[in-house]
Order: sequence, then structure tokens, then C-alpha cells
Amino acid sequence: MAGVTVLLLKEPRSFETAKQRLLMIGKAVGRKKKAVELMAALDADIKKLETKLAARKDEPKQKALFLYLRGTQTTLVLGTHTAPGAMFDIVDAENAAGNIKGNKPMTAEAVIAAQPDVYVLFTTGLESIGGGDGLLKLPGLAHTPAGQNRRVVTLDGQYLSGFGPRCGRAALDLFRGIYEKDGHFIATGE
Amino acid sequence: MQKRTKILFILIGLLPISMGIAAGIGAYQILPWRIPRILFFREEGFAVLVHVRFPRVVLSAVVGAMLAISGATLQGIFRNPLADPGLIGVTAGAGLGATLWIVLVGGGALGIWGLPIAAFACGMLVTVSVWKIAEGDGKVSTLTLLLAGIALNSFAGAGIGLMTFLADDEQLRSLTFWLLGGFGGATWPVVFVTLPLAIIGLWVLSRQAAALNAMSLGESEAYHLGVSTEILKRWSVFGVALTVGAAVAAAGGIGFVGLVVPHLLRLLGGADHRYVLPGSAVGGAILLVAADLFSRTVVVPAELPVGIVTALIGGPFFLWLLIRFKREVFL
Repeated sequence: MAGVTVLLLKEPRSFETAKQRLLMIGKAVGRKKKAVELMAALDADIKKLETKLAARKDEPKQKALFLYLRGTQTTLVLGTHTAPGAMFDIVDAENAAGNIKGNKPMTAEAVIAAQPDVYVLFTTGLESIGGGDGLLKLPGLAHTPAGQNRRVVTLDGQYLSGFGPRCGRAALDLFRGIYEKDGHFIATGE
Repeated sequence: MQKRTKILFILIGLLPISMGIAAGIGAYQILPWRIPRILFFREEGFAVLVHVRFPRVVLSAVVGAMLAISGATLQGIFRNPLADPGLIGVTAGAGLGATLWIVLVGGGALGIWGLPIAAFACGMLVTVSVWKIAEGDGKVSTLTLLLAGIALNSFAGAGIGLMTFLADDEQLRSLTFWLLGGFGGATWPVVFVTLPLAIIGLWVLSRQAAALNAMSLGESEAYHLGVSTEILKRWSVFGVALTVGAAVAAAGGIGFVGLVVPHLLRLLGGADHRYVLPGSAVGGAILLVAADLFSRTVVVPAELPVGIVTALIGGPFFLWLLIRFKREVFL
């Protein structure tokens, strides 16, 4: 043994596990105070989100579709058992990818049949197909409520799916993009 | 009527039927007999039919035709039943171009056209290199063409392997799908860019049929029969590079079609290229339309790469034909 502390962490898919991981790492690197601070900030974000969620809990859910894009050849969507999928559950949005597990290509007409209200993408994903105009040129994407109203939310990949200390803010941003904003909402993470 | 003419007519009749069936089935429920109504009155489902399903069916037919006629041509040129459209390096080259683009560039510098342009250009580049290597004294040695093709194929394959190694998780996912091929990206603009290349390529290749028949006796025999074999080779390689480059750029690397369809045609009606070339084009179109229909409906709402489907259905079917017609195989 080289005396190196090895920390085995589960990949978090919820605020609870994200907090546990934050504390464990804080302890392991001897920065417990900083970890507690970050956790307080995270808790404040979660509080804010919970207030917002409680305010709209009787209204219908929006259908969001996460598109993982890198060029135009395949439209991969992220379904259940993915970090963005878990984020959709957290902000009370319905995942339009339906029963798809993990990341898989979805046919254009299945996207139309799913009728998503809003598309969610990583910032790099939207760049890879030439921005919002390029997005609507992909097969089928223009012919859904999301495409017709040009409703797109873009977030940084690590920000949305990392479940790190910023995950509360990311969830807030996602909630804003899905329920409070029109058109293209770019979450800056500020 | 001659047997071959009959087969050609049957295939030409089957093509619109298969395309019609494919247009009527998909993840979005549209009852086939309602299609005329939907088209005429622009009812619900119009967008799915016109903007999603039709371009996809047309593109799969065009790509199938291009791959199959290219395979038939190369099998004729090399007088080798194992030749497939990948042999002169264009498939591997295009695959390399696409993987380089996905892994190293990844951005949207050229919008939706970046990846297909990279694939097409790289496919052309590799084929031109193969040709230049084989060229000497104003002649192109068929054997060197074959060997250079194989060498550059494995070189491009190594490049693809390296990119796969460098790729992250999601890039890997796009890579796999791209290398196995699929029509998920089919839109009218893609069809309209591919179609002129297909028409030029199919026209050039179908004109080589008589010369290819002479070539089947052997290269020098064909030369002494009055066929200018150099021109034949030049046009054939040009046509194959053009069609396969366009096919790969539009739909990724779909294997198997170019190898199997020409053999199917030969098993059914003999080796006359005047019949095999047009027959392969139509047969390839039918096969890919059917394979794509399968790939986009079997795991709804997701889709399988169409290359898997062509190999999965085509392989056993081809084996059955081989066993059934064992004694009649001639090439």
C-alpha cells in the first residue's frame, strides 16, 4: 500500500447522493468546512426549487426531450438511467424519450409522435449542428410543439449532468428553461 | 420473353411496391389507405409523411442502388466474387473522414454538411491515392489496384481504430452508428444533394456493361476483343468512387448490399453484365428500403443501425441461395 486514500463513490442521480458525495470528498481532502458551505448553498438552491415545484404541482407537466447531438447523422436521445433523465424527474418534467433506457438513437417520426414541448441540449451539442436553425433542419424536429415554438434549453454538459455542488442551480436553470421561459433559453450557470 | 428480361421487369415492379409499403409503416401511426387523403387534404400526419418518411425511403432506395451497382462493377473489373464497393478504399476513406470529423472537429463549422463533406472528400482522396499508386506507364495494373486498395483500406481502418480509441463515450456512440450506417439523417436536402451524384454514377457505370462482359474473359482477351481496358477501368473506378462516396456520406458505411445483391442477380439469371448491372441497382434499392423499414420499426421508438440489419437478414438468405443453387453458380 502506498498510503494513498482511495475513495469509491457512487455516481449520484439525486440531490441526496450528490450531497453525500460532496461531504465524503470534503472530508477526504480535509476541506470539510468548504464542503459544508457548498452544501448550504446547494440546500438553498434546492429550497428555491421546491418552492417553485410546490407552486405548480397541480399544473400539467411539460414534455422535455434531451437530444444528444454530435453532427447530423444520428439523433441520440437520453432516456431513463441517465443524468439528464434524472434531472427531468427532479424538475417535474416528463421525459419524451419514453421507455428508452440510456442513450439511443430515436427515429424522427417517433420524436414527432412523442410531441415534446421543449428540447434540452448540451451547449456543445447545439454547436455541433450549427445552432438553433441547424437543429430544426434535422429530420422531424421542426414538426413538434417544441420545434414550432422554437423552445430549446441549452446547458453546459457537466453543469447539467455532473450532480456536483452546482446541481441545485442547474436544476433551477432547467426548471426555468422548461416552465418559465419561451424560445431559446441559454443557462449560463450564473 | 427472356428469363433475364422477366427478372428485370419483376424487380422494377417490386421497387415501387416496396417503397409504398415502407412509406406506410413507421413509429408514427398512419394507416396506409389514408395516405392519399392525408397528402391531398394535408391532414394530421402530413409532416411525418412528407418531411420524414418520404425522404428516408427515397434515400435508402438511392443508396441501395448505388452500393449494389458498384459492387457488381468491381466484381466484374477484378473478376473476383469477393470484391465489394469497399475494395478501392472509398468506404474506409469516407469512414476515416467521418470519424476524424466526429472526434477531432465535432463542431458545427459547416453546419449539417460538415460530416458528409468530410466523409466524401476523404473517400475520394483515398481512392485517388489507390489509383495513383497503381498507375504507371499510362496503364493501371488491376492487381496493384487491388493490393493498393487493400493496403490503404487497412491503413484507414487503423485510423478509424485510433479515433475510436480517442473518442469519449458519446462520440463512440455516434461513431458506431455512423460506421454501421443508417438513414436517421435523411431529409430532402440530403436527397437532393445525393441524387445528381447517383444519376451521374449510375449512368457511367451502366454504360460499362458490354466492356465488363469482355473483361470476364480476362484483361488481355478483352483488350484483343477491342475493349480499351484502361478507359473501362478509369470510368469504373470513377463511377464507383462517386456513388459509394455519396452513399457513405449520406448514410454511413452500410456493408453487405454491394457484395450480395450482384451475386443474387447472377444466381437468378446469369452473369451477363447488361442484366446484372441494372438488376443490381434495382435489387439493391429494394433490399435497402426493406432493411431500413425493419431497422426503424423493430425497436420503436429507437432504431437499429441498418448495416446490422442487412447482414442479419441478408447473410442467412444468401447462404440459403448458395446451398440451393450450388451447382448453378457461375461467375
